[in-house]
Amino acid sequence: MDRFDPLIASGIAAAIPLVFAALGELVAERAGVLNLGVEGMMLVGALAAFATVAVGGGVTLALGAAMLAGIAAAAAFAVLTLTLQANQVAAGLALTILGTGVSAFLGRGYVGFRAPATFEDLPVPALSGLPVIGPLFSLNVLGYAAIAMLALTAWFLFHTRAGLALRAVGESPAVAHALGLRVTRIRYAAVLFGGAMAGVAGCYYAVAQFKMWQEGLTAGNGWIALALVVFAAWRPWRTALGALLFGGVTGLGLYLQAAGVHVSPFVLGSLPYLATIVALVAVSASPQLLRRHAPAALGKPYFEGD
Amino acid sequence: MKKIWRALTAATAAVAFTLCGTTLWGTAIAQQPLRIGFVYVGPVGDGGWTFAHDIGRKAMEAKLKGKVQTTYVESVPEGADAERVVRDLAAKGHQIVFTTSFGYMDQTLKAAKSFPKNFFYHATGFKSSSNVFIYNCRMYEPAYLAGIVAGHMSKRGTLGFVASFPIPEVVRNINAYTLGARSVNPKITTKVVWVSSWYDPAKERQAAETLIGQGADVLLQNTDSSAVLQTAQDKGVYAFGWDSDMTAYAPKAHLGSAIEVWGPYYTLVAESYLAGKPFKENIWWGMKEGMNDFVGLNPIVPPAALKQVAAKKAEIVAGKFHPFSGPIKGNDGTTRVPAGKTLSDKEIDSVNWYVEGVEGKVPGK
Repeated sequence: MDRFDPLIASGIAAAIPLVFAALGELVAERAGVLNLGVEGMMLVGALAAFATVAVGGGVTLALGAAMLAGIAAAAAFAVLTLTLQANQVAAGLALTILGTGVSAFLGRGYVGFRAPATFEDLPVPALSGLPVIGPLFSLNVLGYAAIAMLALTAWFLFHTRAGLALRAVGESPAVAHALGLRVTRIRYAAVLFGGAMAGVAGCYYAVAQFKMWQEGLTAGNGWIALALVVFAAWRPWRTALGALLFGGVTGLGLYLQAAGVHVSPFVLGSLPYLATIVALVAVSASPQLLRRHAPAALGKPYFEGD
Repeated sequence: MKKIWRALTAATAAVAFTLCGTTLWGTAIAQQPLRIGFVYVGPVGDGGWTFAHDIGRKAMEAKLKGKVQTTYVESVPEGADAERVVRDLAAKGHQIVFTTSFGYMDQTLKAAKSFPKNFFYHATGFKSSSNVFIYNCRMYEPAYLAGIVAGHMSKRGTLGFVASFPIPEVVRNINAYTLGARSVNPKITTKVVWVSSWYDPAKERQAAETLIGQGADVLLQNTDSSAVLQTAQDKGVYAFGWDSDMTAYAPKAHLGSAIEVWGPYYTLVAESYLAGKPFKENIWWGMKEGMNDFVGLNPIVPPAALKQVAAKKAEIVAGKFHPFSGPIKGNDGTTRVPAGKTLSDKEIDSVNWYVEGVEGKVPGK
């Protein structure tokens, strides 16, 4: 069995940043805001984190810098779409393009260096030695935080008044407004939370997983996180399932090659994206499922008036 | 509204004029030092392939101070966009353009057609024309020497290779590495993972992790960054530098570096042009001509290995030893090179099979 352990470990490692990014986007979408800028926010977060450790700031500071960078990017998006009522799809795409370009430009000086600090693995005694599920108990602090975030988000959305208010804003902003909820303010909070989570995901890539910076470091995983939200039908725990699936598929291509399975490396390399398409098609096969769970006001601007 | 449009038009026209002016002025001054352009596939800070070319460029500039002026464009993707960059450099008065990646081949040829008076030199390709010439380096020679060291250092008898694209250039390096290792320990095997990219440090790292996870304890890569080496250091195994001396990236894991030395060639091409006799040869140089080397050996490499490496190096330089001399068996059990024979350059440049000891099959075969 130990031959599969590296595969499981790499699957979990790949799933952690997806969980963060998807949870952030899930909360924003539950509030009715579709932010396609996840990839861009992740990249600025990744660069901020790497730059921080590169100058000797340490990992905690790096995490903070990544979250701030993600929040700043999300704030730009929020001003455009929530205050100025710009189209969310267009603004989100612009954010991704901007984030990709800005991070590539500002990050030129950091290419080729190793991160001098990283998040160390913290194995749980005894449990980390178990077969199959062992890797789940030898994560770094961000890995455990991802699990905690899942529980926290689920609890917040479905078991608190504030979570109910957030969902109400995403279902029907007009009714929420009539009930006295501050629609725009709640949406701002949700979008900024999404930015912070995308920042954490970026920090994970730059400091914990790859320990380096390169242009486009996140390699399209922001888009996979977006797809995960749909795949999970906007329910937090399901994103973990999807993230593990996609994370596993990412590692599988390389694993099969090293194991000597003769399949074109190009096909193996495209597995995560193929899996995304297949999963989305499978979920869409039941339109009621999506319609029932998608926030009704998703992507629609709402003008609160005064 | 109309006023705004008029102002905008005027501004655009002004900008256009300025740009025209700069271009013309650019061509006018280009007659003085010889302008030479470089197209790079990665960033100069990749610490590997592009970094090595940039060292070559700087060496040439230092040697021909005042006589040449160089420009480089980094991180140019292989494909259609490369043609635009090559054209742009030629149009801006660069008499010589070096295009330094395999995937610029057709783009270089196309652009060169429009600039018959300029000279283009394409690295690692196989198509030339009246003003496009090829240059390449026999990296399988230092790869073989790396294999010898790997053979001495591997405890588990499993080597790992992170490969880019299944082209002969890469396949023969996998073979040379394995042959070198098996000259020390005939039981050694090599696992190969393809990442479908020349420069993708994140993916190179994942590939290295996968190989290490499956038991490989000495890694080599035919990709352009230092990610594999850094991963090896994180995981406590060994690896080599490739293209440039990568000692500094992972001093513990680094056993040695197989490097290219482009400076003398770049200088020769520029000098020939300045002398009025443009360089018109396709070259494929190696250790003998000083185009590659195996350097930066780690002090932990045992003396027996050092001795063997030095001996083979001397033999390669003297032309007495060739890594692809028979008998060589393919990994399908057939005899690929009979005893007493050596693969010709043409055969080396079209190799699409693995030697005995490499696991799996060449993709697409």
